[in-house]
Amino acid sequence: MTVVTALIVLGVLALAFGLVLGFAAVRFRVESDPIVDQIDALLPQTQCGQCGYPGCRPYAEAIANGDEINKCPPGGQATINALADLMGVEAKPLDSAHGEEDVKKVAVIREDECIGCTKCIQACPVDAILGAAKQMHTVIAHECTGCDLCVEPCPVDCIDMVPVPVRPDNWQWDLQQIPVKNVESSH
Amino acid sequence: MSAATKAIEAGHIWTFPGGIHPPERKDRSNTTPIEVLPLAKQFIVPIKQHSGPVGDLLVAVGDNVKAGQPLTQVGINNALPVHVPTSGTVSAIGPGRIAHPSGLTDTVITIDADGNDEFYSFTPLADYTTLSRAELLDRIRQAGVAGLGGAGFPTAQKLALQRPLDYLIINGVECEPYISADDRLMREHAQTIIDGTEILLHIAGCEKALIAIEANKPEAIAAFEALLPNYPQLALRVVPTKYPSGGEKQLIQLLTGRQVPSRGLPIDVGLVMQNVGTAFAVAQAVLNGKPLIERVVTVTGDNIAKPGNYWVRIGTTVAELLNQCGFNPVADSKQEQRVIMGGPMMGFTLPDLDVPVVKITNCILVPSNQELAPAAEEMNCIRCGACADVCPAQLLPQQMQWLAKAKDYDGLEQQNLFDCIECGACAYVCPSEIPLVHYYRKAKAEIRNIAREKAKAEVARERFEARQERLEREKQERLERHRKAAEARKKAQAEAVAQGGDNPQDAVQAAIARAKARKAAQAAAAAKQNQEGDDE
Ligand code: SF4
Ligand code: SF4
Ligand code: SF4
Ligand code: SF4
Repeated sequence: MTVVTALIVLGVLALAFGLVLGFAAVRFRVESDPIVDQIDALLPQTQCGQCGYPGCRPYAEAIANGDEINKCPPGGQATINALADLMGVEAKPLDSAHGEEDVKKVAVIREDECIGCTKCIQACPVDAILGAAKQMHTVIAHECTGCDLCVEPCPVDCIDMVPVPVRPDNWQWDLQQIPVKNVESSH
Repeated sequence: MSAATKAIEAGHIWTFPGGIHPPERKDRSNTTPIEVLPLAKQFIVPIKQHSGPVGDLLVAVGDNVKAGQPLTQVGINNALPVHVPTSGTVSAIGPGRIAHPSGLTDTVITIDADGNDEFYSFTPLADYTTLSRAELLDRIRQAGVAGLGGAGFPTAQKLALQRPLDYLIINGVECEPYISADDRLMREHAQTIIDGTEILLHIAGCEKALIAIEANKPEAIAAFEALLPNYPQLALRVVPTKYPSGGEKQLIQLLTGRQVPSRGLPIDVGLVMQNVGTAFAVAQAVLNGKPLIERVVTVTGDNIAKPGNYWVRIGTTVAELLNQCGFNPVADSKQEQRVIMGGPMMGFTLPDLDVPVVKITNCILVPSNQELAPAAEEMNCIRCGACADVCPAQLLPQQMQWLAKAKDYDGLEQQNLFDCIECGACAYVCPSEIPLVHYYRKAKAEIRNIAREKAKAEVARERFEARQERLEREKQERLERHRKAAEARKKAQAEAVAQGGDNPQDAVQAAIARAKARKAAQAAAAAKQNQEGDDE
């Protein structure tokens, strides 16, 4: 008799837990991060097209389908290493056919020369240029990714790519030494 | 009352791990009263002297200004204003060298002094308890008061956090060697500091303040002991001399035994801390309406003829200050004279002497190469562990150094790099002369930069996707428009036919047929003529 009770009790428990777990598995399912999203998260989002694809996401899709990982110059070696890590392949040097790693830049329109043709707006992949037909155009500097795509279409060549200035708050400490020690030496 | 609170009330002093005892050398500057120096001819006021956003400009080149007049305003981004140090004319606004280890420029306002030192009108306040908390905070903010002990965090912002507080701690520890600015201020202006402390208590809605002074300042201690019996809500705590007892987290541990959580704030454990200089500035701001335009600066070191403490207007250049204190640079042409802003442990070497004194400048140190040997060659870490023994934050400086050299930023964050207070104790004891703090500062800056880049990339991704969506939508709309137009045309035709009118399609056919008939007729006529000709 006790055996039967035990079996029934265990059976009921098993059923109950099974239901709870089953419910939890459906209700709290963690959306797995598809590989394209993970790759896209590592790309610099400059959207410059130097990799041969019309933006970072398309390149991420291409990598997921087996394309090489060394085609993104803005990301440089750091991005290649991170991608190699993610994809479980050897890191290799940047493919120079796609360009060289460069300092960060931002586009600046020489506004008095602009004729308001709106060509640059159409080229900008992140809508960082502001203007209207026959009006002066300008770049929203902190939205500009430095992709270089607006320079070419400009009929009057009034767009410059200038390096992002170093300010005290984005300055990197160099290792020039500052005397943090040795106060005891004259004793 | 819990046992822990009882112990705090009884004046128990806890301890904190690590720490060092470097030579103090404060006696060179702390024996003479704070002196007032003649005003400089020109002042350079950077608009950013604190952490946080900068205010909007209120003046233009050519404006005549008076001492204490605001140069920037709080504005929409709740910035901290800066003020005119002495009356004169604004001669330039633009980029200028600032007191930053990078030697980079930032926006500065140059003022040519007229020598009259006329003051702007301030409104004193007889009884601050009549004002609301918000009004008092505004008064402190308008006066440009920032924490004078460290990073220059806006004082009003620190006080604006409203959470239950057990104690306000007034930090008069000043543990860094050489510096005696707070020491002299406490000796000479204990009453004003106490007034400021009371105002701070009132604003924070807190019952009790602990005033902490290091044991090596007996005169300052005596000055407070003489006054405190009249103030039951204030208590004095004397902490043993050890570096860095004045660190915020370290002092909290000393006075209350509480530990501020990693990346947390003192307010998380029911405490708030202000420096004595800040308490003084708060009293000036609230009671006299006087903005922060001068502070006490220790000028000291072997190569200074007249070491001591001076009231220095914000914006005075270091070169001017040193000239007035008898500056004898190292004579040897092979060696450079270093001028350090801040103390020997946490300060930095100035890139040049034309930079101005700012709100957070507590000391200018001009050492000889004998007292402060120039940095020696870095050697390999011998894994002696001395650095870990002295770290007050209980970190593993040696590990962090390896990780920083390997640029392993995840590893560094796991080692709690951001708990490092950059006190320099580890570098001080390191037998291999490794500039440990530099590695940490660089790594921190790099980690912050990576985070900034990531945030920027995130925005770019969103904007890119939004644009793709917009283009797609516009394309769909265009197609839709074409389809609609085509449909409308078809419909119009069908209607026309139904009403018995000419189907335009038929009209075309008819025209073609007419053209064909005409061509055939012409051809027939031509053939006929040819025939007639032949017949002739
Ligand atoms: S090359 Fe340009 S578009 Fe291609 S992944 Fe790199 S940043 Fe993005
Ligand atoms: S492409 Fe050149 S000229 Fe045309 S709107 Fe842009 S900046 Fe102005
Ligand atoms: S500088 Fe940082 S790691 Fe070194 S002792 Fe101080 S807190 Fe510890
Ligand atoms: S004190 Fe210097 S040598 Fe010793 S373990 Fe630390 S880093 Fe290495």
